Amino acid sequence: MSKVLGYRRPYFDTQPAHLYPGYRSTIKRAPSKPLVPLPHTLSEVTGPLFGPADLGPNDHDLTAQHEDAPIGERIVVSGRVLDENSKPVANALIELWQANAAGRYRHDIDDHDAPLDPNFTGVGRVLTGADGAYRFLTIKPGAYPWRNHYNAWRPAHLHFSLFGLGLVQRLVTQMYFPHDPLLPYDPMYNSIPNEKARERLISQFDWERTIPDTALAYRFDIVLRGREDTPMETTRS
Amino acid sequence: MSLLTTPSQTVGPYLKIGFLRLVIDAIAPAGVPGERITIRGRMSDGEGAPINDGVLEIWQADAQGKYAHPEHGQKTIAANAFRGFGRILTDGGGAFRFTTIKPGPVAGPDGRQQAPHLVVTVFMRGMLRHLITRMYFPDEPLNDTDPVLQRVPVDRRGTLVATAGSERSILEWNVVSQGSTETVFFDF
Repeated sequence: MSKVLGYRRPYFDTQPAHLYPGYRSTIKRAPSKPLVPLPHTLSEVTGPLFGPADLGPNDHDLTAQHEDAPIGERIVVSGRVLDENSKPVANALIELWQANAAGRYRHDIDDHDAPLDPNFTGVGRVLTGADGAYRFLTIKPGAYPWRNHYNAWRPAHLHFSLFGLGLVQRLVTQMYFPHDPLLPYDPMYNSIPNEKARERLISQFDWERTIPDTALAYRFDIVLRGREDTPMETTRS
Repeated sequence: MSLLTTPSQTVGPYLKIGFLRLVIDAIAPAGVPGERITIRGRMSDGEGAPINDGVLEIWQADAQGKYAHPEHGQKTIAANAFRGFGRILTDGGGAFRFTTIKPGPVAGPDGRQQAPHLVVTVFMRGMLRHLITRMYFPDEPLNDTDPVLQRVPVDRRGTLVATAGSERSILEWNVVSQGSTETVFFDF
């Protein structure tokens, strides 16, 4: 019946390589054989969809998930999810997770000698609106050491996981903060060869979205893959 | 003119806290028609060591080969209907297990049918970009003409096909991230 319109392939150098020895864990885990080119069929251009029923009441506000307020600097993190063709991605599920203000995750294997905060879980979820917009209220996470190499420190970051409309739009990434002096030392950030693409991961200070006397704000727009202009293959169903 | 896409970054070692809420290891709710199956296996790295911080995300059609998605004619998705999505975390020994129904064949390129398959997205610490692979079913005649399997070198196709376990309803399928028995991953 219909033609399947595929998604555009990533541009050269804009995504990290699978093997990046500066990040030591890639050495035994990255594929060693060539990846097999995959045509975009119905299986790849469709994908799981989510709705308001998937969310809880305080999922967007990581400062309001416990009896008391968490310790740390309150921040608004907001932006829009667009595709490469500048089209808003509506109803995208965003999952966020992060360390607390002291640089410690509420996770059983995090043994960093920094305090946990009983009022901070560090997990949030939202759905984008019709215009692709989303907004979280949270705490600015701390930097933390991670033993990848001598005196290795991760710059402060938020983990983002996104589901678009099609499976091949799926993205897991990290958001960084502007002017972080740790960024030049971070193998994760520097695993992306193209400088302009790398800078997509740095949020911008966002004066207009600050909450007066309450919270500063950072803007983080996210760009997922967009559709091809012309159908790549035909299918019948 | 187009926007530059946001690059991928690893899920890191603490992915569990972010991914836990959406764990779904029983993909087909009770009452959904189809052949019930259990899939179990293990994730391991280039040295055969278990991957104890891995995630599999499953995407599949229903027993009639329909995806719960508007591009496959499904405008609205009813609550408790078959969504076709699963997310499974590996345990301390790298093992995973989930239940679902066997999907029907889905249309492929050039009008050829694709053999029944699960699309499997793989995340783990040490992976800067996630991977996509597929799981096919044993003793399935359509495997011989599947347009995606045919693009895979013959000697590696076996890594994409589950093997029958002790019972007919149990399938075994492993994910090996690197090495001589490496699972086929796709450039998508």
